[in-house]
Amino acid sequence: MGTSLIDSDSLLAIDIGAVNTRATLFDVVDCRYRFIGMGIAPTTVGAPFFDAGEGVRQALDQLKQTTGRELIDADEQMIIPARPDGTGVDTCVATISAGSPLKVVAVGLLDDISTESAVRLASTTYAQVVEKLNLLDRRKTSSRLDAILRTRPDLVIVAGGTEGGAFRSVEVMLDPVGLACYLLPESERPEILYVGNSSLADEAERTIGSLAHLSIAPNIRPAIEMEQLTPAQKQLGRLYRSIRCKQIPGVSELDAWTKGSTLPTAAAFGRIVRFLSKVYDPAKGVLGIDIGASAATIAASFAGDLSLGVYTDLGLGPNLPSLLKISKMEDIKRWLPMDMPEADLRDYVYNKSIRPQAIPVTKEELAVELALARRVMQIALRRILRRLPQRKAVSSSMPYFEPILAAGSVLTNAPSVGQAMLAILDGIQPTGVTTVVLDQNNIAGSLGAAAEVNAILPVHILESNTFLNLGTVVSPVGNAQMGSPVMRIRVSGEGDKDTTIEVKYGTIELLPLPLGKSATLHIQPSGKFDVGMGGPGRGGSVRVAGGALGVVIDGRGRPIRLPSDDEKRYEAMTKWLWTFGS
Amino acid sequence: MLASVTHFLPVTLIRRRRLLPASGKVVIRKGQKVSATDVIAEANLTPDHILLDLVRGLGMPPDKSDEAIQVKAGDEVGAGDVVAGPVGIARRVVRAPKNGRIIVAGNGQILMQSDSQPFELKAGIPGIVVELFDGRGAEIEASGALIQGTWGNGKIDFGMLNVLMRSPQDDLTIDRLDVSQRGSIILGGILKDEEVLDMAAEIPLRGMILSSMDSILIDRAMKMRFPILLIEGFGSIPMNTAAFKLLSTSHKRETAVNAEQLDHYSGSQPEVVIPLPSSGEMPAPKDAEVFAPGQKVLLTGFIRKASPIGTITAVRGLMTLESGVRTRAAEVELEGGERTVVPLSNLEVLD
Repeated sequence: MGTSLIDSDSLLAIDIGAVNTRATLFDVVDCRYRFIGMGIAPTTVGAPFFDAGEGVRQALDQLKQTTGRELIDADEQMIIPARPDGTGVDTCVATISAGSPLKVVAVGLLDDISTESAVRLASTTYAQVVEKLNLLDRRKTSSRLDAILRTRPDLVIVAGGTEGGAFRSVEVMLDPVGLACYLLPESERPEILYVGNSSLADEAERTIGSLAHLSIAPNIRPAIEMEQLTPAQKQLGRLYRSIRCKQIPGVSELDAWTKGSTLPTAAAFGRIVRFLSKVYDPAKGVLGIDIGASAATIAASFAGDLSLGVYTDLGLGPNLPSLLKISKMEDIKRWLPMDMPEADLRDYVYNKSIRPQAIPVTKEELAVELALARRVMQIALRRILRRLPQRKAVSSSMPYFEPILAAGSVLTNAPSVGQAMLAILDGIQPTGVTTVVLDQNNIAGSLGAAAEVNAILPVHILESNTFLNLGTVVSPVGNAQMGSPVMRIRVSGEGDKDTTIEVKYGTIELLPLPLGKSATLHIQPSGKFDVGMGGPGRGGSVRVAGGALGVVIDGRGRPIRLPSDDEKRYEAMTKWLWTFGS
Repeated sequence: MLASVTHFLPVTLIRRRRLLPASGKVVIRKGQKVSATDVIAEANLTPDHILLDLVRGLGMPPDKSDEAIQVKAGDEVGAGDVVAGPVGIARRVVRAPKNGRIIVAGNGQILMQSDSQPFELKAGIPGIVVELFDGRGAEIEASGALIQGTWGNGKIDFGMLNVLMRSPQDDLTIDRLDVSQRGSIILGGILKDEEVLDMAAEIPLRGMILSSMDSILIDRAMKMRFPILLIEGFGSIPMNTAAFKLLSTSHKRETAVNAEQLDHYSGSQPEVVIPLPSSGEMPAPKDAEVFAPGQKVLLTGFIRKASPIGTITAVRGLMTLESGVRTRAAEVELEGGERTVVPLSNLEVLD
């Protein structure tokens, strides 16, 4: 590609996470955008600094040490645009996930229709729904008012009324919101996002507009059977930015560097997954999962249609104990390859919430972290699958995904790519034939933010090896006795002799296929197993690219049935780890 | 790399900003001496509003019923007071159902707020009020020993410290408790049994400072009326020697325990303050440090049987840990002379 096709602009992406702040520099090298370097520093949103800017400066200092590029001037201001002497950067984008989840009150008419849509809208960003109000909750206006005042929300989402539908009922639900805004001091009033019947938007403006900052987005429930969150998600992202600018010193300054385009990290992550879904096979979806300290973000996109879930109760940081409220201890423990008393595991979870930045020192600690990550992935995936429209699946509720993009320090810090891959296979349990890609530098969100201002940059970066292709995974759906044949695979490589392997139930096999090479897999599953080639027992051929682990044949069936006997389970898990060389 | 700092200081100048979570009323003045449990500000965090429907109560349309309103915004009313009417032949009236205050009246409705117990913000540490924040709270200055913890049950109290620990490894067992400890704050060890909490409530104690606690006891600990503060965290972790030395040599001294919950974002952290008279210029605790050789550090982690203290001998770049994880680390010489490699993320500088 010639230089004329791209603006040779350098781009700095800053991400303020719950634990770390990252500054990533991209620039043009040989006519293509490249990942130049990254600086990482602890996030300083909380004590003792209470200013996100300190962490940003530290990350930029580290970036300067690795790249030699001066980005900040003597007045501590970002040098934008880049100067002829090589200092500064042309464009800056930013993402943020740090800070306590936004407290949201979801208001609607029917609990399971518009209120639920408001809750789902809230779950597309770093938020916690602290109260739900609806017409049928049998509460008086004064009780609804008190519910809002007691929870002191950062944001109230008002939904309800299909297009051309309910009118008076929506007004009834606006009353307590308006009253609450009237009663609260101006500085403590929540942002209001109206996403109900659009013909009532003017009424909402009259009722609330003079009392609080009201934003209006298209109706998220235009018809009973139809939900459309995407337009409102953009508005929600803007509100998130605005609230964080008010709450966290240093964010406004950063936002000014980005010309007001700071995004929630999850929204930016979703954007890159959506982008990938437009590039890859439209018959399959793209799945992205980011296991962070503040939340687990999961994004599933089919031909550009994105479903995004941001689950703050599944973060591996300060909120980690909430995992124990939604998951049985045994469902976490079953992913440990060694014996550990439940009490120790529970203590671990609480200690991790106290010191979310701490790193696993021993093998035992690492195993616990990866077990927690597996469970978080399982729950996050289950939640997003419920929200997906009916898709073609492999004999189960799990749709085809190609590729699966995984991110988050718990995976990228794993000592070997095999350990990361096994955790992803266990947590997500992909079906059929897919590719697993690891965002080894945790830059997916930054690329999503960059896409807003520079559409070519993410394309070039995705085409480079910045994302690590872990390998092609073949996962047949079905179950059988341990050791029974699952499938036969013949591999035709470029100039190499064909290799054939028989895969037995309960095993994982690796076929070497290095990065940059490709091969054709001729897959023949046994009668009970479905590999997504037309039904159980039906096979076919597929061309696959090489990866860090080559081709992974997961013969453990779907869903994975772990041995119930502890010793046998430890043995099986150790064997699978060993297969991956760990 | 920026380092977390934990304070175990025998004497220091402590300043704490104590603010309400929402606007309210500050009830102290600048220069006032306060104890840890003194209320410094109040706010109504659980309001109880009542909307009176005059149209229904008086049987009149909104514009007419407004003419019958007898109260205005801000008026205090008692239960049974007439707030609108009388009107008509039947002399219909609307009465206040509870004691409270009128918030707004008009359009055929009266919104009143009934009296309710306000949230009381306590000082948290004994000291002098040095700054007021209108409607929100105050900054309090104190001098004394400061020992920071990792977890608290949200309560605050003060009393005489009763040292029950003989060594950092001690467990707090039920036989260590008796009625002679009534009204005191005990320095216990590792808490494993719920019956110890039952006994502590029976005595009752005014507070517990513990090394660590089984996390299964969290719900029970949250329900206790007195503060419970953990120095190390959850599990069976002995107390680090720095905290143990400071606390165990403070037997019979007045001690304030602010067991507020750790919040990385607001900066709240459970802590123990043992007041000492101010003696001239005192050093304020350091809030931030950058890792460097010679620093005394606390080694943290998750599965711990001890919480050792050591001294950084060298700050290294990426190193491989026993787990296989590669991360920035430091070489640390432990108190016993043993040398080890610890990730920087698992070190807290001791001040």
